[in-house]
Amino acid sequence: MTRSLMAGVLGLLMPALALAGEYNISVDRVIIDTGDFVKEGIGYNGSSPGPVLRFKEGEEVTINVTNNLDETTSIHWHGLILPFDQDGVPGISFAGIPAGETFTYTFPVVQSGTYWFHSHSGFQEPNGAYGSIVIEPKGREPFRYDREYVVQLTDKHPHDAGRIMRNLKMMPDYYNRKQQTVGDFFSDVSEHGFMTALSDRMAWGDMRMMKADVEDVQGFTGLINGKGPDQNWTGLFEPGERIRLRFINSSAMAYFDVRIPGLQMTVVQADGNNVQPVNVDEFRIGVAETYDVIVRPRTDEAFTIFAESMGRSGYARATLAPREGMEGPVPELRDAPLLTMADMGGMHGMDHGSMGMGEDGMSGMDHGDMDMGGDSMSGMDHGVMPEQEEPAMAGMDHSNMAGMDHGSMMMSGNGAEDPFYAKGSGLVPTAASGGKFLSYADLKAQKPLYEDREPTREIELRLTGNMERYSWSINGIKYEDADAIKLQYGERVRFKFVNETMMTHPMHLHGMWSILDTGAGKWNPVKHTISVQPGTTVYMETEVDAPGQWAFHCHLSYHAASGMFRKVIVEGGPEQGNTAGVEQERVGGDV
Amino acid sequence: MNNLKLSALMLAVALSASQVMASDMRLDDSGRKDALRLWGVQFEELEYRYSDDDEELGVWNGDAFYGTDELKLRWLGKGEYAIEEQAYETLENQLVLQTPISTFFDAKAGVRFDTPEGPDRTYGVLGITGLAPQWFEVDANLYVSDEGDTSAGLDAEYELLLTNHLILSAALDATVAFSEDEEIGVGKGLVSTETGLRLRYDLIDRAISPYIGVVHERKYGDTADFARAEGGSTEDWFAVIGTRIAF
Repeated sequence: MTRSLMAGVLGLLMPALALAGEYNISVDRVIIDTGDFVKEGIGYNGSSPGPVLRFKEGEEVTINVTNNLDETTSIHWHGLILPFDQDGVPGISFAGIPAGETFTYTFPVVQSGTYWFHSHSGFQEPNGAYGSIVIEPKGREPFRYDREYVVQLTDKHPHDAGRIMRNLKMMPDYYNRKQQTVGDFFSDVSEHGFMTALSDRMAWGDMRMMKADVEDVQGFTGLINGKGPDQNWTGLFEPGERIRLRFINSSAMAYFDVRIPGLQMTVVQADGNNVQPVNVDEFRIGVAETYDVIVRPRTDEAFTIFAESMGRSGYARATLAPREGMEGPVPELRDAPLLTMADMGGMHGMDHGSMGMGEDGMSGMDHGDMDMGGDSMSGMDHGVMPEQEEPAMAGMDHSNMAGMDHGSMMMSGNGAEDPFYAKGSGLVPTAASGGKFLSYADLKAQKPLYEDREPTREIELRLTGNMERYSWSINGIKYEDADAIKLQYGERVRFKFVNETMMTHPMHLHGMWSILDTGAGKWNPVKHTISVQPGTTVYMETEVDAPGQWAFHCHLSYHAASGMFRKVIVEGGPEQGNTAGVEQERVGGDV
Repeated sequence: MNNLKLSALMLAVALSASQVMASDMRLDDSGRKDALRLWGVQFEELEYRYSDDDEELGVWNGDAFYGTDELKLRWLGKGEYAIEEQAYETLENQLVLQTPISTFFDAKAGVRFDTPEGPDRTYGVLGITGLAPQWFEVDANLYVSDEGDTSAGLDAEYELLLTNHLILSAALDATVAFSEDEEIGVGKGLVSTETGLRLRYDLIDRAISPYIGVVHERKYGDTADFARAEGGSTEDWFAVIGTRIAF
């Protein structure tokens, strides 16, 4: 009698219990074999990448993380909305997981989609400590697919990450083997004439900038799901099936341009949030971003997933095939892009005096001369454009830019345009097939997470740095010298990123969503990582709905480590729990 | 009564708020908040020289540092060892502190010890080092010796990338003395120049780069006279072979 009552009570509790999962992860020293080289690294459950964690929306997860290293570790759940003390950033969320100990994370899963996890301690992540997260939604997905694969990219380097950092600090061009040579100079001479080629070199030399400075760390092997190009990770399919590919860029430094020759990709999700489907031939995935695409191979043949790094110094390759062992053709790497003066647009504080160019003339170079017409620009009026009345735009008169004559300068921009790149930028991507290349401007939220409302205030974050010293910062201040950014619970903050460097920075705010302003109003896509291209200004808005303190940084490992990092403190708010309604009595350190 | 309840409630809220604040105040003690401390060792020149007078020299020009972006301790060493005579023609060691003064330049201050064959000297050093426009690496120093003599040195280097691995570097070192120090063979005015052209190949990353090259050394004015009086040469051409090291 009592027993049946108990059973009855248990039965009533079952639905709740069913949505609680326990997971065990060990952090281990592992051997990583890329096919090109073998090295020691850090992994999870004995391998790098670690496992695919499969959660369900609404599940209360318990994750026991055992640190088998001889140093402190941590796991950050990249893109997950959770109480701050579960976010896994040592020194900000908690104390870290000491060597030999087990830390138990518990948090409710309040979202669905593709995410990833990685160590936030030292250089463990570039050394291999990363894995993926797939969260099944409560309801039906707004698209159909027959099978799915995680496609996790990384840029595995033969050098230990600590050594890479030291080499970059000693010689910022240590790994750059795409620099302009004497031969390049003479081919410029034959193409543009001696004086033009010379004045181009002199203009860059004056700034002490290299137009080939696109990829800081070269010499890596691109991996997909831990497999190098020769090891060829293969996903099987039956012709006619719809395959959902969950692309995750877990690189330390490399952006990838991804395509599958012969297949059109329908982008259905970005950074874990569904977007209105866009058909593309190719897309660029920034470090730490995710894109879910659906492809439908109808023929009985193998297709190559080809991911060239943005600087074309390496690539990752995998195969979709009806049967194991089949291979599609592997394309050649395209030519490396070169930065143009347009990409230098935001460089305040550099020595422009000798270029006969006022500082004012230089600031606002980014978009001031942007052609506002054209289809690609429609709807972009407020998105990435600096407001016309901004003081920074004063002095946009190009006539005062001696040596900046765009006609005679060698603007190697390919003529392609994307509102999220400076006009005339050398980095604007184009599809190898000649077809559609995804732009941020194409991303529209499938279902807005938040009501669209006016931001309560704007915070300007200038992305700054000094390539020659390999020091990176925000508003000219490195993390070591910076105060925390303080936000008030309940406000909606508009962040203005002004990229004053010549590098692309994938900016990642922990704990709260980044609503990228593409000019689509309430349909602006909701992301966790936002790439800010050189010489551009990009806006994002954040509903400050998660109390506690959070990390906010450039996700390029060596940029974050050398100062492009901030702590964000959210003040006020419910004394218990965040929007997820979780009790928040755990204040780090519980083991 | 109601007021009392209200204030008790407010107190409770204030207390719990302060608790939240206390937990918010975790300071970042992860090490991320500390300046990156780095080290490096580099030998720009580590070479064997063979002169047009059949003189053989072992020569190095290296430096090592430890520190942060803001402050580095740097050792700089130069040596010329005459193989046949088994004697140091030059042996300089500098210990300096280095700090940024502009986007591309650092200031240095420290001491230099010269302990070659013959009389020794100790100098105070003040210098700047950095990257000038058009990619010239520049290092300029002012020296004051323990004898009260002042001199200045300028090093400039330029690299030409024949390919991304085959690199031609041109280096010019010049020394000027503002007063005479005859004991060590230094006359007032332009003392000496050393011009080198080296063709290197980056064999292992940028860590090991073997090179061959040619070096021209010349003494001027009174310094040249002192050298002649000692029976030494005032102008030498060297063929050099060596390797650049950075780790």
